[in-house]
Amino acid sequence: MKNFIPVFKDKNKASEDRSKIFVASRRDFLKIGSLATGGFLLGVNFQCSGPKGEVVTFAPNVYISFDSDNQVTLIAHRSEMGTGIRTSLPMIMADELGADWSKIKIVQAEGDEDKYGNQNTDGSFSVRMFFEPMRKAGATARHMLIQAAAAKWGVDPSECYTENSEVHLKESRKKVTFGDLVQDLLVMPLPDPAAVKTKELSEYKLVGTDVAIYDAKDIATGKAVFGADVDLPNMQIAMIARSPVVGAKIISYNDAKALAVPGVNQVVKIEGAGIPPGLDKPLEGLAVLASNTWAAKKGREALEIEWDLGPNQDYNSTAQLEAMAKSTLQNGKVRRERGNFNAAKSSAAKTLDKTFKIPFYAHATMEPIAVIADYKGDGSVEIWAPSQHPQWARGAVAGALGIELPQVKINVTLLGGGFGRKSKPDGVIEAALLSKAAKTPVRVQWTREDDLHHDFYHSHSAQRIVATLDGSGNLTGWNQHSVFPAIGATGNPDELHPSDGELGLGCTDFPFDVPNIRIETHESKAHTRIGWLRSVSNINHAFAAQCMMDEIAEARGVDPIQQAIELLGEDRDLNFAEETGGKYENYGEKIEDFPWNTGRMKKVIQAVAEKSNWSQNLASGKALGFAAHKSFLTYVACVVMVEKDANGNLIIPEVHYAVDCGVGVNTDRIKSQFEGGAQFATSLAMTSAITFDKGQVQQHNFDSYQIIRMPQSPKKIEVHIIPSTEKPTGVGEPPVPPYIPALANAVYKLTGKRIYELPFKV
Amino acid sequence: MENYTLTINGKKQEVSAEPDMPLLWVLRDLLNMKGTKFGCGQALCGACTVHLDDVAVRSCSLPISEVGAGNITTIEGLSEKGDHPLQEAWVEHVVPQCGYCQGGQIMTAAALLKQNPTPSEAEIEAAMQGNLCRCGTYNRIKSAIQTAASR
Repeated sequence: MKNFIPVFKDKNKASEDRSKIFVASRRDFLKIGSLATGGFLLGVNFQCSGPKGEVVTFAPNVYISFDSDNQVTLIAHRSEMGTGIRTSLPMIMADELGADWSKIKIVQAEGDEDKYGNQNTDGSFSVRMFFEPMRKAGATARHMLIQAAAAKWGVDPSECYTENSEVHLKESRKKVTFGDLVQDLLVMPLPDPAAVKTKELSEYKLVGTDVAIYDAKDIATGKAVFGADVDLPNMQIAMIARSPVVGAKIISYNDAKALAVPGVNQVVKIEGAGIPPGLDKPLEGLAVLASNTWAAKKGREALEIEWDLGPNQDYNSTAQLEAMAKSTLQNGKVRRERGNFNAAKSSAAKTLDKTFKIPFYAHATMEPIAVIADYKGDGSVEIWAPSQHPQWARGAVAGALGIELPQVKINVTLLGGGFGRKSKPDGVIEAALLSKAAKTPVRVQWTREDDLHHDFYHSHSAQRIVATLDGSGNLTGWNQHSVFPAIGATGNPDELHPSDGELGLGCTDFPFDVPNIRIETHESKAHTRIGWLRSVSNINHAFAAQCMMDEIAEARGVDPIQQAIELLGEDRDLNFAEETGGKYENYGEKIEDFPWNTGRMKKVIQAVAEKSNWSQNLASGKALGFAAHKSFLTYVACVVMVEKDANGNLIIPEVHYAVDCGVGVNTDRIKSQFEGGAQFATSLAMTSAITFDKGQVQQHNFDSYQIIRMPQSPKKIEVHIIPSTEKPTGVGEPPVPPYIPALANAVYKLTGKRIYELPFKV
Repeated sequence: MENYTLTINGKKQEVSAEPDMPLLWVLRDLLNMKGTKFGCGQALCGACTVHLDDVAVRSCSLPISEVGAGNITTIEGLSEKGDHPLQEAWVEHVVPQCGYCQGGQIMTAAALLKQNPTPSEAEIEAAMQGNLCRCGTYNRIKSAIQTAASR
């Protein structure tokens, strides 16, 4: 786990993980195969239940099981943080199976990589990585059901099909429920994987439609279970006073007043990582354990701690951002080169030179971190956590407690928002350490202040772009300088430049047909914990590049949408390998498998132009802005409309998105991710910023770290999904990057003032 | 510690708590009612919204000593069968993403409709602006309130 950066490492492993899932399924199959002889059965349960007598369960693989009473249960192994993945992946299996969706039961998997494959819910790759495995899992089960029914009826399997959790014989009234086939399935030989055929896309009845999320009613009635909602007997609640500056250590403390607070039982020190803070370690802190949350909070307030604040105690982020912007005036480390930018610059008729600044952002999930751990007498620990990455957390807990992986059981609750924050296992480790120290179950409860003060922040950034035009108004050169403390610096202070992975997020993959391109980076140090936030450095890169493209279009006297289509050029696949020295990572996918196709990009741009009525004559007082940006292998174009209300406040009456994400699985959740993405990005653009002074975060709650409220939300968000049979790609993150520049470009048209710094005020 | 008798979802409940303990933690920690959520602790986000005599209040900032004899309604008690018109509209519009804030959103909306059964769009925005949603479900919340109001 040392210097482990899962956001990129795992992405590089995407193909490997995909194949691993087949191995896992196959192995589990073999275990199932030993059922008849009474062997160990992974994923198979026998339950004896009351009036109905024995219910027998058959699981053809770890994701699917059938009960003899015809209950079909599907496993959701990716974490649900609001994207709808807990519904979308089971939908694929159910569609292949021909199961009755209205009666499906979905069970959340615990964190177990050997059993379920990759569970790192991040990088918009759940559907991308698991579309095929889920199809195969469903198809295999369907194949076996049909074989069993066909044998029963003495017909050829090709005469049978599945529907409503039943196998039907074509052109007859014969049918049998899945449940009634369970006994036959138990003794069936394994199918030859080559004989298992998935359905054609056109045969799907659920995939490609709007399906309500599985948990909607539980959420609307207050029954859904999030991190803090699990209750255990004798559980104590912990609040932790954490190092106010990253790297700070406790010199001494006095806990007498804290222990005098009624309900407070114990104070426990947590040894922090110091510097570097690492991505998988808790901060140094002093935990107050109490019988209820309120007592723990009052106890924490009564602690007296003397801190050695360490080397970050003079850190001021505003000063660093200024210095970062200034550093771009020097030559940097070249990360992509095409042609000769300097020559283009010296012969340019016009040069545009602009610097864009983006602040630190906190994730501010509505649910502050809350994790429950129960360390047991036998040295094992059971955890309930709203974790995006239960496998990482499992390993980190095993390491922190000095126990083996099988001794750590991680149950994954619903996540009250994730956005990258809940990938990190720090809260999980805290809970495990405290439960071990207290010898009782413990819930670690973070407050909003804890959440904003001790995040793994989206890094602030300076982006300088120099663009050159020749005498005929052609764009001849593009020179982007990207500076920000890298995610990797959180574990390795010597990492001073953005990584190849981070640059591949909207910078080195600059797609336009410009003859001279140079991408450079400059050094900057991390003085806090840097992490990844929904769409990661695409936020910085797309804001700068797409605002600059708008400015270039204006300088050239061309329409920005026309310019984008013109500069994307012929329909073709782009390859950044040569110009980046083989360093373009393509989100962990081989570029042959997921090419960067200019035709698909042009298509979303044309669609958004049409749907937004881009060429309309707008009433005065309204303006449209455009941006397009591919991220996480999904093509997105965006048009934002702005106007001012009677009080001069900015209103966003309309947003139009066009998206090509390949095959759409749950179209309603694609739309909801874009609706939410626009709102999330409005906060990044206009209301939110984290700053540091004396090493400490200056924002404390939603009064000083603001996210938009309903009146500030775009009034109408239209999402146009391009029908496609291409491989599916994710939609959690791609809505965010193009929205911010589209909004900024619209604001410029309305006010005549260009936006160079976020968050902006109008 | 003091003893209090609260009326929650029509039922009398005896609890023993420090007088300054917010109603939120009384509900969650002492009564094991987990539907009401903690979001900010300062009445800034609305995740903890409950009704006190049909008026939306932020339970994170309401000490138990100030609750008095009023009737408290939580998301668990908004309807007997989970079929309040807002709850049905919420499912119909598939409002939730992560879902964490939604109980509080529904409670604020329910108090609004009780007071103003046919709110305008501006009135909905004004009433709902104390409830934050980070996933970005504001537009579907608005549509669901309009649907419920129309019934």
